[in-house]
Amino acid sequence: MTTEALTPENVERLLSGSPRRRSKERAIRWFFWTASATSILITLAIVLSLVGEAWTFISQADPSSLWEIGWFPRRGLFDVKTIVAGTLLVAGIAMLVAGPLGLGTAMYLSEYARPSIRRVVKPTLELLAGIPSVVLGYFALTFITPDLLKRIFGNQVAGFNLLAAGIGVGILTIPLVASITEDALRAVPRSLREASYGLGASRMSTSIRVVFPAAVSGVVASLIIAVSRAIGETMVVAIAAGATGGSLFSLNVLQPGQTMTAAMTALAIGSDRVRGADNAFQSLFFVGLLLFLVTLFLNVISERFVRRVRQKY
Amino acid sequence: MAVTSAPTAEVLVRRSLSAKKRDVRGRVFEAVLILTLLVSMAVLVVLLLDVALDSRSVWGERTLGNFLTSQLSADPATAGIRQALVGSLILMIFTAAIAFPLGISAAIFLEEYAEDNRFARIVNANIRNLAGVPSIVYGLLGLALFVKILGGITGPEVEGRSVISGGLTLGLLVLPIVIITSVEALRAVPNSIREGAFGVGATKWQMIRHHVLPVAAPGILTGTILSLGRAFGEAAPLLLVGGITTFFQSGDATPVEQLRGRFSAMPVLVFRWASLPQAGFRALTAALIVVMLVALLLINATAIYLRNRFEKEL
Repeated sequence: MTTEALTPENVERLLSGSPRRRSKERAIRWFFWTASATSILITLAIVLSLVGEAWTFISQADPSSLWEIGWFPRRGLFDVKTIVAGTLLVAGIAMLVAGPLGLGTAMYLSEYARPSIRRVVKPTLELLAGIPSVVLGYFALTFITPDLLKRIFGNQVAGFNLLAAGIGVGILTIPLVASITEDALRAVPRSLREASYGLGASRMSTSIRVVFPAAVSGVVASLIIAVSRAIGETMVVAIAAGATGGSLFSLNVLQPGQTMTAAMTALAIGSDRVRGADNAFQSLFFVGLLLFLVTLFLNVISERFVRRVRQKY
Repeated sequence: MAVTSAPTAEVLVRRSLSAKKRDVRGRVFEAVLILTLLVSMAVLVVLLLDVALDSRSVWGERTLGNFLTSQLSADPATAGIRQALVGSLILMIFTAAIAFPLGISAAIFLEEYAEDNRFARIVNANIRNLAGVPSIVYGLLGLALFVKILGGITGPEVEGRSVISGGLTLGLLVLPIVIITSVEALRAVPNSIREGAFGVGATKWQMIRHHVLPVAAPGILTGTILSLGRAFGEAAPLLLVGGITTFFQSGDATPVEQLRGRFSAMPVLVFRWASLPQAGFRALTAALIVVMLVALLLINATAIYLRNRFEKEL
């Protein structure tokens, strides 16, 4: 093996190893680059597939059918406000459940709990987070409605209703709210708490007046993410809220109703039959596009809030 | 005894430092927090008890094996979950086959290769957004792409509504989660390991292959298996790409035919059974949920076991 002298002209070539080795390295890098670029392709595929069919739907649909009577896609009635109202009701009820329970749990875990309690509670919350949503749908239908709501509201409650679905979705989002909020509360530096105790503040004042305000961006982020999750949640509503055929516009949460997501599953199950007929199939993508845009908007906002927490400390 | 003797300075200080009255509001506040925590925990317990109690009649009348291996049927007395069990299993294999290699590769690029440039930032933001897209929207993607456009390949006989379409859809669904958890596992590898490898003349790929990946493996494995658990419980996207409960390819079909045939899965079956009015199906649904939850527990336990095992070897 002859050794070349290290001159300024060839030093870079000599130090960077054999050309074969370098081209192999470049090929490997290219392979991994492709894999990460795939994620952009997926987003593009989602947007294209949604926009294409949604556009067909909007251009063919009778404008008056989009804002009247109710959501009965198989009869050509696509009242968007019916399913949007259902979605907002379910998300609202879910937040009434998950907000207080999630925030309270997070604050106890972060400010009060001894390590031994944390060791029990955290895995339990993770377990709850891992429960599939169909299971909560079943729970809402067979426990929350008959054993809880019927006892409170009597016969005003229908077997399928939006309230049970909302509570079910709320239970599903408790762990989400609790874990993100707890992270935000724990990210508050100890020195702030110590300063507060040093001034003679009690644990309660410290938690409410010092720690909570310092972590408020994270708390808001957790609530926004939970709303986004609640809006996108499908199976609980599909199982427990009924109205699979369609629904009139109504704000009564004790009666059956439909959300955007549940309306989509109800359509899709029968989509063999409705394919192409009366725009029903295309309406699926129109609703999907709405859902995609709303959740994207919420996720982007929540990320802003999360970043604010990080910048501060 | 003299009442007049003034308290000493020590007593005065001690008295004013210790609160004279109990902090009632503080106690109430703490009690409310404990209550929210207990309610959150109790929900899980009530849910598990409800399902377990509802399923009792099934376990009383038939064996677990009978329930697992019987065919789907309209008769609650004989209906089993065989097709759903097989369907879920095949779906999981598909999901893993797609999401794991693609996700881990993407994570390696983002964490080991990518500079902090525009492309990397776009990809990162994009992946975070993908992780927040509702699962039913992935169902629409699957419906448009794998069922309608690629239907001729994924399932010509059934208009594309095949296991392949379902598995591909679930694979895309968990891909962002796999990427995010893998990136975190890679990030946890100390830089000194990378520098050590470069120091002895390793190329970038040799460094990743022999030094970074072995250290990050437990974290990557745990994250990916947990994401599989997520896919296992998903029903909404499968309903959109055509997961059904009524008919399934018979056992004598070739494997390829079976993959291109219609399919069912456990969460889809929960949805269908829960909406059936016959009384017998209530208990069957509960029994199916018990099977699902046990399977999920096994998946998660595997993840934890593998993590512990690999960590010991290092």
